[in-house]
Amino acid sequence: MCAVLRIIVCVFAAALASSAAAQNDETTLAKLIRDLGQKSFAKKSEAIDALVSTGDRRVVTVLEAMLARNLFRRKADGAILLKFDKDGKAVFQDPLNQAAVADTKKLKKVRINNKLRKKLRGVIGSLSLQDKDPAKRVSAADAVFKSRVKGMSGPLQAALDTEPDDAVRDRMRRALGAIQLVHSSNPDSRIAAINTLGDFIDPDVRSLLNSLLVKKSDGVFAEPAKRVRDAAAEVLHAAERSAAFWDAVQNLFQGISLGSVLLLAAIGLAITFGVMGVINMAHGEMVMLGAYTTFVVQEIIRTHAPYLFDVSLFIAIPSAFLVAGLVGVAIERSVIQFLYGRALETLLATWGISLVLQQFVRSVFGPTNREVGTPSWMQGAIQTAEGLTLTYNRIAIIIFSLVVLGVLLLVLRKTWFGLQMRAVTQNRSMSSAMGIRTGWVDAMTFGLGSGIAGIAGVALSQIDNVSPNLGQTYIIDSFLVVVFGGVGNLLGTLVGALSLGVFNKFLEPYAGAVLAKILVLVVVILFIQRRPRGLFALKGRAVEN
Amino acid sequence: MMRRGFVLPYLTGTPLGGRILIGVLVLLAVLVPALNLAVSPDSMLHVPTYVVALAGKYLCFALLAISVDLIWGYCGILSLGHGAFFSLGGYAMGMYLMRQIGDRSVYKDPVLPDFMVFLNWKELPWYWSGFDVFPFAMLMVLLAPGLLALVFGFFAFRSRVTGVYLSIITQAMTFALMLAFFRNDMGFGGNNGLTDFKDLLGFNLQSDATRAGLFIASALALAAGYLLSLFIVKSKLGRVLVAIRDAESRARFLGYRVEYYKLFVFTVSAMMAGVAGALYVPQVGIINPSEFSPANSIEIVVWVALGGRGTLHGAALGAVLVNFAKSYLTGAAPEYWLYFLGALFILVTIFLPKGIAGLISRAPDSRIGITGIGRRLSQFFARRAL
Repeated sequence: MCAVLRIIVCVFAAALASSAAAQNDETTLAKLIRDLGQKSFAKKSEAIDALVSTGDRRVVTVLEAMLARNLFRRKADGAILLKFDKDGKAVFQDPLNQAAVADTKKLKKVRINNKLRKKLRGVIGSLSLQDKDPAKRVSAADAVFKSRVKGMSGPLQAALDTEPDDAVRDRMRRALGAIQLVHSSNPDSRIAAINTLGDFIDPDVRSLLNSLLVKKSDGVFAEPAKRVRDAAAEVLHAAERSAAFWDAVQNLFQGISLGSVLLLAAIGLAITFGVMGVINMAHGEMVMLGAYTTFVVQEIIRTHAPYLFDVSLFIAIPSAFLVAGLVGVAIERSVIQFLYGRALETLLATWGISLVLQQFVRSVFGPTNREVGTPSWMQGAIQTAEGLTLTYNRIAIIIFSLVVLGVLLLVLRKTWFGLQMRAVTQNRSMSSAMGIRTGWVDAMTFGLGSGIAGIAGVALSQIDNVSPNLGQTYIIDSFLVVVFGGVGNLLGTLVGALSLGVFNKFLEPYAGAVLAKILVLVVVILFIQRRPRGLFALKGRAVEN
Repeated sequence: MMRRGFVLPYLTGTPLGGRILIGVLVLLAVLVPALNLAVSPDSMLHVPTYVVALAGKYLCFALLAISVDLIWGYCGILSLGHGAFFSLGGYAMGMYLMRQIGDRSVYKDPVLPDFMVFLNWKELPWYWSGFDVFPFAMLMVLLAPGLLALVFGFFAFRSRVTGVYLSIITQAMTFALMLAFFRNDMGFGGNNGLTDFKDLLGFNLQSDATRAGLFIASALALAAGYLLSLFIVKSKLGRVLVAIRDAESRARFLGYRVEYYKLFVFTVSAMMAGVAGALYVPQVGIINPSEFSPANSIEIVVWVALGGRGTLHGAALGAVLVNFAKSYLTGAAPEYWLYFLGALFILVTIFLPKGIAGLISRAPDSRIGITGIGRRLSQFFARRAL
């Protein structure tokens, strides 16, 4: 009981004491702010220093207002007021208690010069170094890095000592290194600073280091000590090597990403062309139908259930599969079934279908691009310090394409339908004799291939324009992937798609996008000459057909 | 037979459709220019100049269709890239016409075409030299597509790329060429292609007489192309080609070097397509990379399929019919053109495997002719009922 009482008393006493101290602070703060209104710029500068030393949060607002020339002095009593824009009208308030001030007669702007402006910027930066919001602390550290005000090294070091967040601490060390590099007179500490900066290579740091290596107009190096220059050159060189490495990684990622897009577009074709042997030139239009289904699904969600938007793609995937699959079954039953064994005619007839579908979509949705939204969880990117950018939508598509391929392999290998399908493709008449409804299997297989094309359309709608020409852009590539990988072999399609994608993206920096594409086409054409049946050709009797 | 001359036996041995084609061409070559130039514009019989240009264009397409029919109908090579050969011939002609402009261009450079001045080029690229000489340009009209076909065909046929695989890589070929010609630094005018032509061999391209002359040239070229193709398919070589079409392995096992036969006919066909392109360009006044687009090439195939593959004259008929419909529909109801073209592809392949020419001819083949159509229809519905 006694102990409890004592604690309560203690707490009260502490609260009282702190409130008294706060009262005290408030008056000194008010006085210091008043000092900002002095005439001499040197005096203003002193007042700023004193204000910063209080460490009060509200000082930032005041100094920011000063920098933005929104600080006014009332001539009558020397009070300092903050100007705000409210609904286009100027409103004045007290800088400390934020109460609106009515008496706004004879106000005079608190003037600043360039020197003060620079100081203010740096100082505001240092004050935000202690902010609660990590993002604010980062931008504060970056502001210090940019201004490189000599006096900031103290506050920066203090902030660094108490900083809990690793990422923020790195930004602070980077800023501290820059200040040290620019202002230190000791070559050793400059070299230490260069090595610190070496951990944080980015375009800004690179240009800072490069600036040491250039000669000034009078022929003297910006950096007098040779070993400091050597250290900077060494760091820059190392940075270049690692940049080249990360460029390659980025290229690889983009190549895999392109490959996964090609894979998605080609998987369906690998079934209709690779397994059934049907040349479906309308395959690209199935992809397009899938993309437009996504658009329609999103429109319905937007008008009827906006809260479902983030899962719209998961609704669109089965819808697109159904739409494209049903259209595929309809095509198979109405046209293709009469053309089995006549591959060239099938090619022409399905090309006709593709024209009709394109024009149909153009009539219904118009010729212009339709916008398909990206769910919030697919926006943004992973960015590493090395400058690697991996966008979430690309990552999602890579994973998605592999999942689709995996599911398809399972369907083909483990299900009853897959078994029938393989039986029909291997020996139609024998399967028929065994009681398999070959016509039905044909239709379902074609529907499956088309449905997967529709799913590809959902993914492509996230990265490409949804227009009636969407399918046309992928059809030739898809055929090349299937032929390159080896007809009738889904894993060949995977390898074909990925290698074509990566090859394309690695050529692009040297040859440009269009030339890279042309080169890939030429390489594939030459490759088909060497191995007419693709990378992973079927062997044995299946080849004869 | 041989004693009766070179062309005559083939003329007398020409099928009825072919004789009609030659007759119509001769008639057109005389009548159209006469009615355009000699008859006063007020007269009922006057043929306006735009019709002459349009008809000339159709004749070029007909020649292109015959070149495709020669390889598809008689050798089973379905090229989905013949537009590339057509365009190469067109570009060769376009380069000659560009050099003829001289200092009458917008930038008034006596040597460089406008687009090169615009790109800040200082001198002609090496591959443009010589194109100011007409015979050289005409040689290139034949050689550029011919060489491409020779090299492409050599690799393709040697490694026995056949059927749809060949179709797909020819399509990839024309696609790659389209992308290449879209590039400005290729030196072929990039996106805009070659245009703004002034004159050909000193004749003003805008004048009625020049247009009539081009029309006559197109008619003659079509007739010559038809007779050449007929000569090829009626020869012993033509019989080997048909054998290859129907049973390639058997022809090979009988000792024929299948790849050389194919290569020969493919190259000849590409050169014919090049000539068609060269005649087409001065009549429409422009050549640009979109001519290379795979869609254009595949459209040629439907002309042949509609007209009747393996008949030559049918291909010419199909080209004229489809292009007439295209001119009419894209003017009257542009949104229906693709429906029409798409439906044409589907219906012709399912119901008219021998095309219009097959429909008209009275061949005893069971699948051909009016009764054949009825049979296919009944087959179609019978299978539907299943």
